[in-house]
Amino acid sequence: MTGTLTLRERQVALALAVLLAVLGLVMAGAARQGVMALHGVMAIALGLGLAFRIGGTLDDPAPPRDRLTRYDDGPTRFGIIMTLIWAIIGMGVGVWVAALLYWPEATPLVPWTSFGRLRPVHTTGIIFGFGGNALIATSFHVLQRTSRARLADSLSPWIVLLGFNLFCAWAVTGYLLGSTQSKEYAEAEWYADLWLVVIWVLYFVLYIRTLARRIEPHIYVANWYYMAFILVVAMLHIVNNLAMPVRWSAPESFPIWAGVQDAMVQWWYGHNAVAFFLTAGFLGMLYYFLPVRSGRPIWSYRLSIVSFWGIVFFYIWVGSHHLHYTALPFWAQTLGMTFSVMLLVPSWASAGNAIATLNGAWHKVRDDATLRFMFVAAVFYGLSTFEGSFLAIRPVNSLSHYTDWTVGHVHSGTLGWVAMIVFGAIYTLVPQLSGREHMVSPRAVEWHFWLAVTGTLVYVVALWNAGITQGLMWRAYDENGALSYSFLESVQAMAPYYLLRTIGGALFLTGAVICAWNCRATMRAAQGEATDRPLAVQPAE
Amino acid sequence: MLRLHYNLEKISMGMVAAIIVVASIGGIVEIAPLFTIDETVEIPDDLRPHTPLELAGREIYIREGCYACHSQMVRSLADELDRYGPYSLAAESAYDHPMLWGSKRTGPDLARLGGKYSDDWHVAHLIDPRAVVPASIMPAYPWLTGSLDTSLLQDSLAVLARLGVPYDDEMIAAALADAAAQSRPESDGAEDLRARYGEDVPVSAFDGNPSHLSEMDALVAYLQSLGRLTNAAYEGLAEEDGS
Repeated sequence: MTGTLTLRERQVALALAVLLAVLGLVMAGAARQGVMALHGVMAIALGLGLAFRIGGTLDDPAPPRDRLTRYDDGPTRFGIIMTLIWAIIGMGVGVWVAALLYWPEATPLVPWTSFGRLRPVHTTGIIFGFGGNALIATSFHVLQRTSRARLADSLSPWIVLLGFNLFCAWAVTGYLLGSTQSKEYAEAEWYADLWLVVIWVLYFVLYIRTLARRIEPHIYVANWYYMAFILVVAMLHIVNNLAMPVRWSAPESFPIWAGVQDAMVQWWYGHNAVAFFLTAGFLGMLYYFLPVRSGRPIWSYRLSIVSFWGIVFFYIWVGSHHLHYTALPFWAQTLGMTFSVMLLVPSWASAGNAIATLNGAWHKVRDDATLRFMFVAAVFYGLSTFEGSFLAIRPVNSLSHYTDWTVGHVHSGTLGWVAMIVFGAIYTLVPQLSGREHMVSPRAVEWHFWLAVTGTLVYVVALWNAGITQGLMWRAYDENGALSYSFLESVQAMAPYYLLRTIGGALFLTGAVICAWNCRATMRAAQGEATDRPLAVQPAE
Repeated sequence: MLRLHYNLEKISMGMVAAIIVVASIGGIVEIAPLFTIDETVEIPDDLRPHTPLELAGREIYIREGCYACHSQMVRSLADELDRYGPYSLAAESAYDHPMLWGSKRTGPDLARLGGKYSDDWHVAHLIDPRAVVPASIMPAYPWLTGSLDTSLLQDSLAVLARLGVPYDDEMIAAALADAAAQSRPESDGAEDLRARYGEDVPVSAFDGNPSHLSEMDALVAYLQSLGRLTNAAYEGLAEEDGS
């Protein structure tokens, strides 16, 4: 980590690490007890740990003079490691809470193991921990390669990654101890949200500064998506999380939004977290790694323009489809539904563009499990976006909403699309960054692929059945005009599907564990660094 | 157009500006009109805010993540009206920071829960759901019998008042007394509480023990308040049936 930092940068890093420890001390001192104090202690621990690590290297030799003629891949490597750690945490908790729905007596009678507290650990662990780290790590790689320039400085990538992971750790430990805003996918409390804003601004500045150094005149498509991801997530995060703390020394806060406004803001955020966190950024990944791995250029440049702007424009409108038949004004529901259906056009344009890119490389899809991950991701992206548009149609939504169909839909997107493209990218990156041709065990990649595909299919099919069954049971009337089923009967009917989804999730988790092992082994068997170099030598700073 | 884009994608700040503009439009059109909600949603005359004890219970509901499995939003669909009661009105959650409409029904909707079951039922159900409903898959919450932490209650009311919830200075000053009084039916404070929040406010030793203010008291008080803060939803439905 410190090997590529100049002496001056190490001094700055040391000062920042001490500053972080002081911030933690202030937090812990102000709160004195409870979650916020613990989070202060975590910041102190991270700050001091980094300070000692950096302090110990102050007398080390300066980095080689030619460091600026190489890409800065250390942060990417660290980001991939964090991605895999969060994958195991997030998916592990997911499988566990899935099991609790089938076997509720298994919950130990201590508060932090309760379903309601673990569920946001799963969602935050996956969306932010797994997805976020994967996005940041790959964006550094893609940004440098497509700009043919080294990251603008050596320090801020580390601040972004370490700061982002501190946010994730604050968030999930907070939920376990009962600290939450209850806003779905934005449960972290106010101080963690403020911290994320600071980190995000640094991320954006780093991105723009590096783009400004690019040798290529054009900004490649992948970067449009990463930029949309960074910018719009900032916008969503700030507006949705506007809150007034009860005290500056307490974690509790109240959102400034209330009732129907809060619902609209929440789902404007919630669905665009899907759009700009779980779609735009990962499309950036797809637009880079798919052509690289298949050795084929993107099929259509025009189609990528149309689909990019279509996605950026249409997605923002669709959040209100989460609120059909509720107290949200009817016109807002209708707008959400209409744009959701229109959204299918740019979504399928992207998916089609990706699949058409593979024309002429189908033999590689057959032989290369890594490329197959990406192909399956594009297929699931197409399927999930079709399902999403379909579920947003008002009468369909009357059946599907509040049921496990929605959960199944989300997982066909997150398992089938997001996780598959991440694994495809990881299996491309890890050997490259380790100076190797292949992963240590190509067979393990093959196993991972089939476990992931089987797990996803089992999970999604189980929850389709679960959701449609629930929806139909809730609305069934007998011949006397009375409801046919009690709510409890619909719960009992779920048991086999909840068992199946747990098995599907466990298969997927097993694949992820294999991936983590394979990546660790490959990084340990590294034969040098990535061999590619920026096009031109950067001037000295 | 293609030529235009060909040039745009050479300018990073141009892309940044374009993304911000294009991504803002939808949000502005859909969210901005809701700021005039005060004019478009009529607040019923009888709508009261949560009492301090109910508010503390609401924070426990949030803390334990109950919203992950229970919605509080009855949709305007025939089977939901038959199963749960009148559909939810925007006005009913007008004072809710945040709203708890929910997105998933692993368990049933709770918008019309208040008054449906006895306090004793709720206490037994929360301590061990399967003792009351054998097929339930809800987790048990035995730790709710512990003492309620009221240290932030007064400040919570004050913050909510600043955000527009109609808590007056007297309510804020009496927050702790009101919280205790609501679980002590025999006390003098109970009358003061009713004078401040309305005659319909349920006063009860929710967990069965009036001398100990527990988290269970707060949560059960909150559950009993669901759908009971105004009668507007019931009146609206009666009018529709009459016409």
